[in-house]
Amino acid sequence: MQNNFFTDISLNHYLVLSSILFVIGMAGVLLRRNVIVILMSIELMLNAVNISFIAFSKYTQNVDGQIMVFFVMTIAAAEAAVGLALAVTIFKRFKEVNIKFFEHLRG
Amino acid sequence: MDHSILMAVLLLSPFVGFLINGVRYRQPTYKISGGIATAAVFISFICSVLLFSDLVGMPADQRKIHVKFFEWLNVDKFKVDAAFYIDQISGIMILIITGVGTLIHLFSTEYMHHDKGVTKYFAYLNLFIFNMLILVLGDSLLTMFVGWEGVGLCSYLLIGFWFTDKDKAAAGMKAFITNRVGDAAFLLGMFILFSTFGTLNIQEINGLAPTTVETSWMGALTLGTMFLFIGATGKSAQIPLYVWLPDAMAGPTPVSALIHAATMVTAGIYMIVRLNPIFIMTPNTMLVIAIIGALTALMAASIGITQWDIKKVLAYSTVSQLGYMFLAVGVGAFGAGLFHVMTHAFFKALMFLGSGSVIHAMHEEQDIRKMGGLKKYMPITHWTFFLGWLAIIGIPPFAGFFSKDEILWMSFHSPMGHPVLWAVGVVSAGMTAFYMTRLMCLTFWGKSRVPKSVHPHESPAMMTIPLIVLAVLSVIGGWIGIPEVIGHTFGHIPNYLGEWLSPVVRPIPNLAEADHSLEWALMGTSLGVASICAFISYHFYVKSPEIPGKIANSIKPVYELVFKKYLVDELYFKTIINPLVEVSRKIWYFIDVNFIDKITYVLADLIKGGGGVTRSLQTGNVQIYAMYIAIGLVIALSVIIIK
Repeated sequence: MQNNFFTDISLNHYLVLSSILFVIGMAGVLLRRNVIVILMSIELMLNAVNISFIAFSKYTQNVDGQIMVFFVMTIAAAEAAVGLALAVTIFKRFKEVNIKFFEHLRG
Repeated sequence: MDHSILMAVLLLSPFVGFLINGVRYRQPTYKISGGIATAAVFISFICSVLLFSDLVGMPADQRKIHVKFFEWLNVDKFKVDAAFYIDQISGIMILIITGVGTLIHLFSTEYMHHDKGVTKYFAYLNLFIFNMLILVLGDSLLTMFVGWEGVGLCSYLLIGFWFTDKDKAAAGMKAFITNRVGDAAFLLGMFILFSTFGTLNIQEINGLAPTTVETSWMGALTLGTMFLFIGATGKSAQIPLYVWLPDAMAGPTPVSALIHAATMVTAGIYMIVRLNPIFIMTPNTMLVIAIIGALTALMAASIGITQWDIKKVLAYSTVSQLGYMFLAVGVGAFGAGLFHVMTHAFFKALMFLGSGSVIHAMHEEQDIRKMGGLKKYMPITHWTFFLGWLAIIGIPPFAGFFSKDEILWMSFHSPMGHPVLWAVGVVSAGMTAFYMTRLMCLTFWGKSRVPKSVHPHESPAMMTIPLIVLAVLSVIGGWIGIPEVIGHTFGHIPNYLGEWLSPVVRPIPNLAEADHSLEWALMGTSLGVASICAFISYHFYVKSPEIPGKIANSIKPVYELVFKKYLVDELYFKTIINPLVEVSRKIWYFIDVNFIDKITYVLADLIKGGGGVTRSLQTGNVQIYAMYIAIGLVIALSVIIIK
């Protein structure tokens, strides 16, 4: 059966969406200066990956991918907590949350 | 008591003494450290006496105490045990080492009492005794070599004992390096013997000794024994390696008495006597040994005449007497050589300790020109020294007479000897009488030339008791080896030493029947020469002290040459040491600095530069790191996709 890209939602659609989100997130991480925005971008990247996990899980009839997503979400929460704590500390010290202040962490 | 226990105590007692004093080396308590060290050696002496009396109790041809502690090395055919054995030869040696050693330890306790390093000194001295016992008792050449190296180490440590004085430290190094040359030859000799016999065990080697003489100069046995002899020239200070011994006098005087007169320097003679079955089968080596011995005796005696330092005179005298011993073993008279080792240990240790007593009394003054007339200040030292003097110049019935006479007679009578060797020996004996009388005259007799600021005094009992014991031994020590000719005349006095050694010492092949009238004549000649020389010397240095100076002036070039020790040190410096240093310096400069060092520098620079490049990547900017990750991801993905 011939699939129509615009009418039949298939695995490829999810993967394309996931890649687009991932690249947007990566661009945010690489280009933005604001630590909060960078953290949000990282979150975006993680969730882009989650989408592909779920998609593969659905299309291969295997729950492994879904389990993995739970792990990723847990890690993402922990990462956000640590990242925000760092951001708060940076802000307290420099009155700004610019990523360039992280250079001071260099040994 | 069980032999193995006695043997273990004999060997380990000095070692334990070394450990105790070595651990507490900082404490300057001379009574305690001296007491420990002396007791340690005295225990060894008691063990030696017990073992020796057991040896005497055995039947004459089975006298042997062999103790194997454990198997040391076992590689294919190469087997060495940590085993030790006492026979007639080593039995005498352990008695000398521990007996004379005890006396010298006792003397040292007083002599070194104001030295800060006294405990260290006794630790070294005990270590020396331990190593010397291993050298003497070891049942294989390798065990002997362990002791051989060990005594070399202790000799080095004790010569350079006052190492803050640069000259003394240098003297220690000179001894060590000169000995190393000999030791290398000793090793080569061991290799040759091992490849010939397939064993290093001394008894097995002696058992495998050929029954026919080896006449070739290049035969394996001749080469092996020759190398062993070169090793002996290093340790026993013979031409060409004798140069270290006179300098070794930089050490404390009791050390000179123990190591550089009585025990260590006789190790070479002992080694040859112990291996006598193979040495006697290599007449070429024996010839070389006899010639070197005679030359050394003559040369060292002539230098001894000109020296002004009391210890230097005794040092050259020691070299000369060692030459006698080599002359003896070189003509096949191993028993006579060992006999002289023993009597020499008594009278030379006595004279060195006597000189130590004098130096002590004179507040570290060693120049005999500043002595004289010490007889009335130091009667005991004088009289004991006097007996030593009679013994060394060979006046009957003192110890030196019998051993020296036997050597001279054998060098004439033995088929391996030669009248020329005898003549050289007699001339050296005359010189010995001359310089020893000179030493007596300048030190103890004649007018006092002692500076007004110095008040000589007799040494305390702890120093004079060893002197008295050694003096008694110097008088009676020779009576165990009274030659047959004298023994016969005075009613069948046996030659105890000759009988004692006969099972372990091979007889000289083709020895003719002794002609008694000839022997009396030769004995009379050497005695006459010695007495005349002693008398001339007495006349020169006591009656008319201006004559020696005049004679020295009239033959100034010769005198200068002898006084400067034939310029041998200078010759060695010119021909060997300086070229060696030059070449080493060139090699250091061209190969080490320009090549080896360069390689390491270039390598280091490369790594440093590489590190600089990668360091610049690590900026600390988190986003750039993230960029690296992204780039890496892209590259990895593209590789996967393109593939």
